[in-house]
Amino acid sequence: MTDAAELRTRTQRLLAEHPPATTAREDFLRARFDAGLAWVHYPVGLGGLDAPRSLQAVVDAELAAAGAPDNDPRRIGIGLGMAAPTLLAYGSDEVKQRFLKPLWVGEEVWCQLFSEPGAGSDLAALATRAVRDGDTWVVNGQKVWTSSAHVARWAILIARTDPDLPKHRGITYFVCDMTDPGVEVRPLRQITGEAEFNEVFLTDVRIPDAHRLGEAGDGWRVAQTTLMNERVSIGGARIPREGGMIGPVAKTWRERPDLRTHDLHRRLLDLWVDSEVARLTGERLRQQLVAGQPGPEGSAMKLGFARLNQAISGLEVELLGDEGLLYGDWTMRRPELVDFTGRDAGYRYLRSKGNSIEGGTTEVLLNIVAERVLGLPPEPRNDKDVAWKDLAR
Amino acid sequence: MTDLLYSETEDDLRAAVRSLLADRADAQTLLGRIETGAPYVPGLWKSLAGDMGAAGLLVPEKLGGQGASHREAAVVLEELGRAVTPAPYLTSAVVATETLLALDTEGEPVAELLAGLASGRTVAVLALPLSTAPGTERGLATAPREHGVDIGSGAPETREGGGSGRPGTVTGVADALAADVFLVPRADGLYAVPAGDAVVVPQTPLDLTRPLAAVTTDGAVGTLLADAETAGAAIRRGLLSGAGLLASEQLGLAEWCLEETVRHTRQRYQFNRPVGSFQALKHRMAQLWLEIVNARAAARAAADALATGSPEAPLTVAVAQAYCSKVAVHAAEECVQLHGGIGMTWEHPAHLALKRAKSDQVALGSAGRHQDAIAALVDLPAPA
Repeated sequence: MTDAAELRTRTQRLLAEHPPATTAREDFLRARFDAGLAWVHYPVGLGGLDAPRSLQAVVDAELAAAGAPDNDPRRIGIGLGMAAPTLLAYGSDEVKQRFLKPLWVGEEVWCQLFSEPGAGSDLAALATRAVRDGDTWVVNGQKVWTSSAHVARWAILIARTDPDLPKHRGITYFVCDMTDPGVEVRPLRQITGEAEFNEVFLTDVRIPDAHRLGEAGDGWRVAQTTLMNERVSIGGARIPREGGMIGPVAKTWRERPDLRTHDLHRRLLDLWVDSEVARLTGERLRQQLVAGQPGPEGSAMKLGFARLNQAISGLEVELLGDEGLLYGDWTMRRPELVDFTGRDAGYRYLRSKGNSIEGGTTEVLLNIVAERVLGLPPEPRNDKDVAWKDLAR
Repeated sequence: MTDLLYSETEDDLRAAVRSLLADRADAQTLLGRIETGAPYVPGLWKSLAGDMGAAGLLVPEKLGGQGASHREAAVVLEELGRAVTPAPYLTSAVVATETLLALDTEGEPVAELLAGLASGRTVAVLALPLSTAPGTERGLATAPREHGVDIGSGAPETREGGGSGRPGTVTGVADALAADVFLVPRADGLYAVPAGDAVVVPQTPLDLTRPLAAVTTDGAVGTLLADAETAGAAIRRGLLSGAGLLASEQLGLAEWCLEETVRHTRQRYQFNRPVGSFQALKHRMAQLWLEIVNARAAARAAADALATGSPEAPLTVAVAQAYCSKVAVHAAEECVQLHGGIGMTWEHPAHLALKRAKSDQVALGSAGRHQDAIAALVDLPAPA
């Protein structure tokens, strides 16, 4: 059994054999992967040591203390948080060997081809078709809200392989090559003026059957692995007091007495309290995870975060008065990273509107809380036993 | 580091208190008692405070208590909130006990009182209105002498146009009817006055499970426990602990409201389906759940800050009160609404929770007063 002491020894050996000061960044990361110190809970040979997940913190602390480079997890978040757990759970040995290392090192960026113009909250209604042709699948359709598609080398993709079955049953999960000539990526401009996301058009894209994850028709179940990990990866980090969006507003309040009104003061204090309580809730959730008592509170974090960000940034625009009437820059840019808090108040106000839509709308998440946490009965449904092709659209 | 979870000991304590209350003080028992003027279930205090040792949780063992902490007392209050139990726990075992613990506990009268409180044999109540927020009892040491009797500034007659008009009378004193001793703030210090020497006139409370009374002690000499300066700091500590742990009572109450509402809407059929399957209702219950998740973190943080003597306790307590009081009211109001007609009946206990939640919103400082405290503590000043 690998324990903390052993991990420290292994980490020190890695640092001795590949001194960060004199080793190229990617060389160091590859060596770290080969040493099983990338994600210690992964299997031996795939960047891990079959160690408890909680021990990753031991490795990370040693490496951070030594000034070792990291794999820039924000840039490759979809790969790390969503593609990797799915590849690990459903990929063949060849698939795991081929994809996991460049994914973790960051040499290959991943994106997620799930949402479609006609399948948002009702993701299982998706219409992108994959038709089998010998040892390959031919894919046609359109995906939307794809972050990183313009820099991605690979994508996780779900497509309909049997339209005669009810919608949840005719879906198959694939790894899609983003350099295939049939893949066209177009920026999707959003209300901030920027294009963080893309539309992806798939025309006769050919995917080898070896890049299917899970059985044909079992894609919905495979996708649950991906989506479960998405919710875990949102809102996990520890933040200091005033560490979120309330920070810049509190700072403005302190520095600009001329902007203060009684109405704004009350609302600011309300939101300050809510932010502090949300911080404590995040901390409590973190303590539950460390103690091995994960609870359903994670979905509370995501819901609260969306509401708070919207309310705080809205207040901030009002507080700023004349300056709140201005907007930094409407130029269409394609940032590589999602940025909720950067730029000015107007940007934060507009960008935060997406927080209650992306990663599950607030309305859908409230349904999930009501049904899965509180045990309330589901709404009656008329779409579960109908062939996908016969659904209203 | 702040510990926001529950320990195994705390879980065991919770189970014991819950079982006692289910056994002895269920909703029907309370409904049968609340209009009699004696809502306290006979024998319950002895079982809870004495036999289980709950009254002595905050008191060190050498002073006759359990040597536990605010974390455990908070769990007891969660359960008392869930069951809306009439018991002088918050007033005696928390506010009065904490006040006394901040005095010279070596001294004979204080030590004796504490030993009585810790064992549950004695119930002591601080003679201030239930609405008094920590920090607003300032001026205690400088309150004027009137009619030759020292009075605390929290007394109604020091406010213009308020109170009974009788000097030395404090109105809105919670659990005065259960008290054996009153802790009376006077200009020159804190006094212990036996209940037998005071005049206690019951008032009609919004929350029948936490009786209020007007208490007059100007005819009684009492025993001086501490000088004005020591007393002022001690009362602040007592009220701060009370406010911090009231958050746990509010949490427990909110949890009960949500559980009952979920139970009811799963079983109640209208339009040929359980009403709990309607999204319009579900979302409201899910929203409450989110608030309760937050309230639990806030209440635990306050209990832990008090338990560890953190310098941040005043801020953490103010945050917990500013947040949890509105969650409890929201939960109780939703409980009444989502029960439909039955929620408006006297027979269903939803009204007990509503009345307690609404009173708790005022108790030990409204959310607005706690927000004022926060504004000062974190430098977010009001407009000039």
